[in-house]
Amino acid sequence: MPSTLLIPAPLRLYTGGHEKLTLSGETVGELLQKLATQFPLLRTHLFDERGEIRSFINVYLNQEDIRYLNRQQTLVEEGDQIRIVPSVAGG
Amino acid sequence: MKSSIASQTFSHEEIRRYSRHLIMPEVGMAGQERLKEARVLLIGAGGLGSPLGLYLAAAGVGNLGLVDFDVVDESNLQRQVLYSTHDVGRSKLEAAKERLLGVNPHIDIRTYETRLASANALELFEDYDIIVDGTDNFPTRYLVNDACVLLGKPNVYGSIFRFDGQVTLFDARTGPCYRCLYPTPPPPGLVPSCAEGGVLGVLAGLVGTIQAIEAIKLIVGIGESLQGRLLLIDGLRMQFQELRLRKDPNCPVCGKKPSITQLIDYEEFCGLAPNKNTIRDQTWEITPFQLKERLNSGERIQLLDVREPQEWEICRIDGATLIPLGDLPSHLQKLDSTTPIVVYCKVGVRSGQAAKLLQAAGFSKTQNLIGGIDAWATEIDPTLPTY
Ligand SMILES: [Zn+2]
Repeated sequence: MPSTLLIPAPLRLYTGGHEKLTLSGETVGELLQKLATQFPLLRTHLFDERGEIRSFINVYLNQEDIRYLNRQQTLVEEGDQIRIVPSVAGG
Repeated sequence: MKSSIASQTFSHEEIRRYSRHLIMPEVGMAGQERLKEARVLLIGAGGLGSPLGLYLAAAGVGNLGLVDFDVVDESNLQRQVLYSTHDVGRSKLEAAKERLLGVNPHIDIRTYETRLASANALELFEDYDIIVDGTDNFPTRYLVNDACVLLGKPNVYGSIFRFDGQVTLFDARTGPCYRCLYPTPPPPGLVPSCAEGGVLGVLAGLVGTIQAIEAIKLIVGIGESLQGRLLLIDGLRMQFQELRLRKDPNCPVCGKKPSITQLIDYEEFCGLAPNKNTIRDQTWEITPFQLKERLNSGERIQLLDVREPQEWEICRIDGATLIPLGDLPSHLQKLDSTTPIVVYCKVGVRSGQAAKLLQAAGFSKTQNLIGGIDAWATEIDPTLPTY
């Protein structure tokens, strides 16, 4: 099922400038793994050593934080938007 | 019989000044009085602090505190609209106070020319009703959050990068805090700062202005605040998105069983404490002076620039090859593993990541230029512009 992944500006450095990618997968975790495989430099930004999503990155399925859904096992449906929201300190 | 309540709080001059507020049902005389009595502390008098200071002063917020310790730099003027060209080199707070009192002489401005730290934050925040976070670094953002949670004060949050902004209102008494959203900061260097990645000056104005509206609504007690909602601003597409924020019951500072009950060492927490655990391997690094000497001796060195093309356009070191960090993994065949490589970026952070990546890929003779092209321009080649 194709879903849209939205890449935030600070991480576009590692996706060759791509802002939006359409990938297929059953779960949010599967989509993020595909993304990290396609862009190896992004992997260390998304996942820690244990494969957990890093705590300065939040992943939203549409309007909801996946930490309050089923985390990486959260199922995605066609047309869903998965948004990566990293902490940014600039001011 | 009293002739009017108005004349007790406001002079005729102030009534004329605030007339556009006073005739609105949402503000009126009562709201304007609340603004006059309000005490708001701005952390940072920079990109966000500029529109915040100007609008809150103009709106008649009666007691404004400003915390900053910087001097005005030329590179601030693209977004820090509090300052004029002739302020360059001057203390920010001195210039800010003068400007804000020029905007509105009927308010009281206190300046704290100091680095906000665990030792002074609680005492400083104590005197204010609302804290507005307009800082530019992770340690201070966590410090501001924790101090607000411990004191039970609202934290009007905004942050910016390039064309993107994030804004919300944190108040742990009734909703989530910053740590509910981001429990821990990124390791140093993993998320680029505005100094490294850039920021649209106007975006700071947009985000700071939204923070100012949130502060005013909170003071006057009107409308619906951003509490529980993270507003994401994409200035390039001019799209505003709202994400749901929840209070994390396991939050280390505002959760049910908090592990943080007093302020901590935030530099250390953010991995910035000097020389802790990180014994620098000197063979991985090279100073601008060492590089200059080796180039002068005629040694063959591959100079690799991992910045972005737009930075390459500003300045570059003679003889370098440009492969932006993001393209590096797929362009390793362009490099020769038998010749020494010196990799550089603007300040040495991205090139540090590149050097690690190259070492892991078998380019064992890779070194990172300490301080990047900034240091090279300062120490070796002053004909290069700095940015
Ligand atoms: Zn919290």
